[in-house]
Amino acid sequence: MTLAAAPRHQLPIGARMRRAILPVFTGLVVAYLFLPILVMAVFGFNDIEGRFNFTWQGFTLDHWMNLFNRYPALNESLINSLTVAAISTVVATALGTLIGLALTRYEFRGRDPLNLLIFLPIATPEIVLGASLLALFVSTGVSRDLTTITIAHIMFNISFVVVTVRARIAGFDRSLEEAAMDLGADEWTTFRKVTFPLIFPGILAAALLAFALSIDDFVITQFTAGQTLTFPLWVYGASRIGVPPQVNVMGTLIFLVALVGIVIWVLLQRRDLSATPTSTEH
Amino acid sequence: MSDWLRHHRALVPYLFLIPGGLFLVLFFVIPLITTISVALQEGSLGTGYRLTFNFGIFPEAIARWDEQFLRSLQFGLIVTVLTMLIGYPMAYTIAFRGGRYKNILLLMVIMPFFTSFIIRTISWKFILADQGFVLGTLKDLGWLEPGFRLLATPVAVISGITYNFLPFVVLPLYVALERIDPRLIEAATDLYASRLQAFLRVTLPLSISGVFAATILSFIPAVGDYLNAELLGSRSETMIGNVIQRLYLVNNDYPQASALSLILMFGIVISIFFYRRVLRGQELTI
Repeated sequence: MTLAAAPRHQLPIGARMRRAILPVFTGLVVAYLFLPILVMAVFGFNDIEGRFNFTWQGFTLDHWMNLFNRYPALNESLINSLTVAAISTVVATALGTLIGLALTRYEFRGRDPLNLLIFLPIATPEIVLGASLLALFVSTGVSRDLTTITIAHIMFNISFVVVTVRARIAGFDRSLEEAAMDLGADEWTTFRKVTFPLIFPGILAAALLAFALSIDDFVITQFTAGQTLTFPLWVYGASRIGVPPQVNVMGTLIFLVALVGIVIWVLLQRRDLSATPTSTEH
Repeated sequence: MSDWLRHHRALVPYLFLIPGGLFLVLFFVIPLITTISVALQEGSLGTGYRLTFNFGIFPEAIARWDEQFLRSLQFGLIVTVLTMLIGYPMAYTIAFRGGRYKNILLLMVIMPFFTSFIIRTISWKFILADQGFVLGTLKDLGWLEPGFRLLATPVAVISGITYNFLPFVVLPLYVALERIDPRLIEAATDLYASRLQAFLRVTLPLSISGVFAATILSFIPAVGDYLNAELLGSRSETMIGNVIQRLYLVNNDYPQASALSLILMFGIVISIFFYRRVLRGQELTI
């Protein structure tokens, strides 16, 4: 902060250029991060027939207009991805939030093994997680389909939910709950009226993260899918022959939906922040 | 019910953690144990498998795939260094110079995640293509040899992995740097430390927990990655992940594949353990 506040006009040219290095570098990295996304979005407007989307042929809105009627299997894979993401988000958020509450608010034996059980799935490469589940399913004779994919996604999402929710709970003021209890609220009322609203942004953030991780997952899904295709698996299969522009359009749409979701979330948080002073005044 | 709970308060945390904990035991711990038992079996899909405690499979697997193991380790280390070299200055800039753009910049760091990992990688394949709009244009201008290529080289694979895991590095570094009181750095320069000395003696040590988390978060997925090598590389960039994937999903050689994935996992756990010891005495969050 103090660095940024230094009066610029007083600095000699050399120092001013040196100060510009970091922001310019950061700008370049942002451009690098966005380059493949920009390419994806632009080539969704490419005027081509079929799926050889390699050189620019001219502008068309055709693929946006005919998004869902060219490749039925692609639609199906997208529906599969959304189904898995929705179910695994709800289940993992519920299970993970409960563990987060247990870890931050209660004293109990076995805290260290539990922490290890939460940390290990995050520290294990995805390929090992997927491969072990495959080993389990193969040796128990379980056929792989949407259910096994969902189980796998719940598994890797629980840890991320716990970590996110725990960070939020650890940061809040326990005295608010004590105040509610002092004023005669029982435990359930305190949880409903005080604790839950306070940790809700953390739960929402965890759910968003879980949804994003699930809908994007490729590695673990490939190992647990059998013949079922999710959106990333369909795209992977298509990439051997040529990725049709409809994939670019869907990628762009998912990006835009996520962006709108984040903007709404940021706005909600802002309202949340501006509401805090009035609620703590009493 | 609530009376019962009041009398058994000590049980409440267990009620909270059992559903999720059980799920992790069933679908994380037991699969790992299964993997160990599969690795120690001999046989084939046709003749059936028998548990023979064939521990020899581990040295055999290492000897047979040593090249891919070494390449994964090498790529993983290069990617970790590269993501740190790109990510640290960026996180530093956001934390100390971000001002009111801080949140927008952070959002921009995570925004690539809004597009599929696979689509981004295919996009890179397209950008780096031999006659694509970058190399093709440079070749047409005569600035590059017509035979020059990036795809199917280690450069393409390494830059693909670096791209994919860069955001994982920026976020923990930012969190660690954001916590540092800028007055500490000011105090160092007031006491005649050069800017470099102030960075090396104050900023860097105070951000070490972020460096630890960041290097782990890029090294682990980088070592296990196979998609970049598959889409951007050729047969001579094969990593251990590609071997595991092929043995499991194409060749159905489950014992060999299980052995390799266990070696990968324990290799990573052991290196994290030693890495932590090297940084012992520093405050680490993980």
